[in-house]
Amino acid sequence: MDAMARPKRKPVRMRGRSYVAYVFCPAVPILGWLEEIDSTLRQSPGFFVGKPVVLDLSAVDLSCNAIAQLVVSLEQRNIRILGIEGVDAARLTSSLPPLLTGGRNCMVPSSEPKKRETKPKPASLLLDGQVRSGQSIVFPDGDVTVVGSVSSGAEIVAGGSIHIYGTLRGRAMAGVNGNPAARIYCQKIEAELLAIDGYYRTAEEIDARLCDRPTQVWLEGDIVHITPLN
Amino acid sequence: MAKVLVVTSGKGGVGKTTSTAALGATLAQRGEKVVVVDFDVGLRNLDLILGAERRVVFDFINVVQGVANLSQALIRDKRLEHLWLLPASQTRDKDALTEEGVSMIIAELRTKFDWIICDSPAGIERGATLAMRFADEAVIVTNPEVSSVRDSDRIIGMLDSKTVKAEQGEQVRKHLLITRFDTARAARGEMLSIDDVLEILATPLLGIIPESQDVLRASNVGSPVTLNDASSAPARAYIDATRRLMGETVPMIVPVARKGLMNRLLGRRAA
Repeated sequence: MDAMARPKRKPVRMRGRSYVAYVFCPAVPILGWLEEIDSTLRQSPGFFVGKPVVLDLSAVDLSCNAIAQLVVSLEQRNIRILGIEGVDAARLTSSLPPLLTGGRNCMVPSSEPKKRETKPKPASLLLDGQVRSGQSIVFPDGDVTVVGSVSSGAEIVAGGSIHIYGTLRGRAMAGVNGNPAARIYCQKIEAELLAIDGYYRTAEEIDARLCDRPTQVWLEGDIVHITPLN
Repeated sequence: MAKVLVVTSGKGGVGKTTSTAALGATLAQRGEKVVVVDFDVGLRNLDLILGAERRVVFDFINVVQGVANLSQALIRDKRLEHLWLLPASQTRDKDALTEEGVSMIIAELRTKFDWIICDSPAGIERGATLAMRFADEAVIVTNPEVSSVRDSDRIIGMLDSKTVKAEQGEQVRKHLLITRFDTARAARGEMLSIDDVLEILATPLLGIIPESQDVLRASNVGSPVTLNDASSAPARAYIDATRRLMGETVPMIVPVARKGLMNRLLGRRAA
């Protein structure tokens, strides 16, 4: 009766899958070995993040406590241990990673931390000379500095601040990626349009008394302030 | 070595063709072998200003298309033996110009002349970009008006980016020629001052040509202003500009309005 009442269940389907794991082989003294790990991490932090790591303890003879401590010290370095091999099953408590056997060696993409291939992007763009009418300088990654004037009909678009060592006669748009702290500086202001983080002012709204003097433009709340620099 | 000089402005009606004819004629008078090339396909004028309109048989586009060879299309000036004209086609438009064709003709002209002066059409489209494409030097013609100055600024930007020289990392040598400078309006402050223009364009000044009826009179009779009346104010200004173009140092004179007799007598007030 019993068996009849049970709904028919399909057996749970299992799939096999293999992963390549990094195998750590600690050596005595353990502290010295941990220092090596630390220096690797200094060169490329996050190198082991998200990668399966297995601890091979066959080269050392560690007690249950010592193993637990080693696992904890690695965890403090953000390295999580997937499993342990090369050790007697009796030395592993249930709180430790499981014992693994039957691992085979294979090629790993060099365990040496990779050198940083790309230089960090420059955070500023320097333009030596005048920006002419019709030219559009777009630099979303940071500040733009112009050693010269920006002509009427030219535009500068920057993710950061804009510095103009000349007269600003064209358009200047700073902080375009949502940076309200960006500012615009110029030696003389005859701008057609000023904008910071999307808030703008047209030429008509710029006080004519500010012409002919060094000026900074900054954003407070949703008000674009234009003030003389000195 | 041959020099390719483009006379350009962006805006129309500022005096490119007049300046091309005047500079070309003065260079030729000084013994340089000069060809002036009209790039204004479809709206040619240079032949009129030079008084050669009744002698045009073949033109620039004919040469590009292989209908005629270069020596058939070149027209020698009647007055100056060193001055030649390569006319534009009046029946075609600027799409008939190709970069390969222009490149080929400029290369051939380089072997025959000291100066190749390209008279650019107005605008920033095909005709204007091809006229400046192979230039070594440029004369930017500007009137002291805001619209003209802004258009010139745009053209200077293109000279710095769209020419062969710029693409090779070199610079087209630029000269600013201020034309139609009205002394009376300048005195009343109704025009941009020379200083304002120079400040905005930041380009070395080649000369200041005063507004004058002499320019119109000369083009009506089909003669460069420097040939028609060499003693007139615009002719003298063009001659000075040409000497600067050839590397001479000539003091710059800002034209001033002639004062009346009473002004001259009572012009200076005692301290």
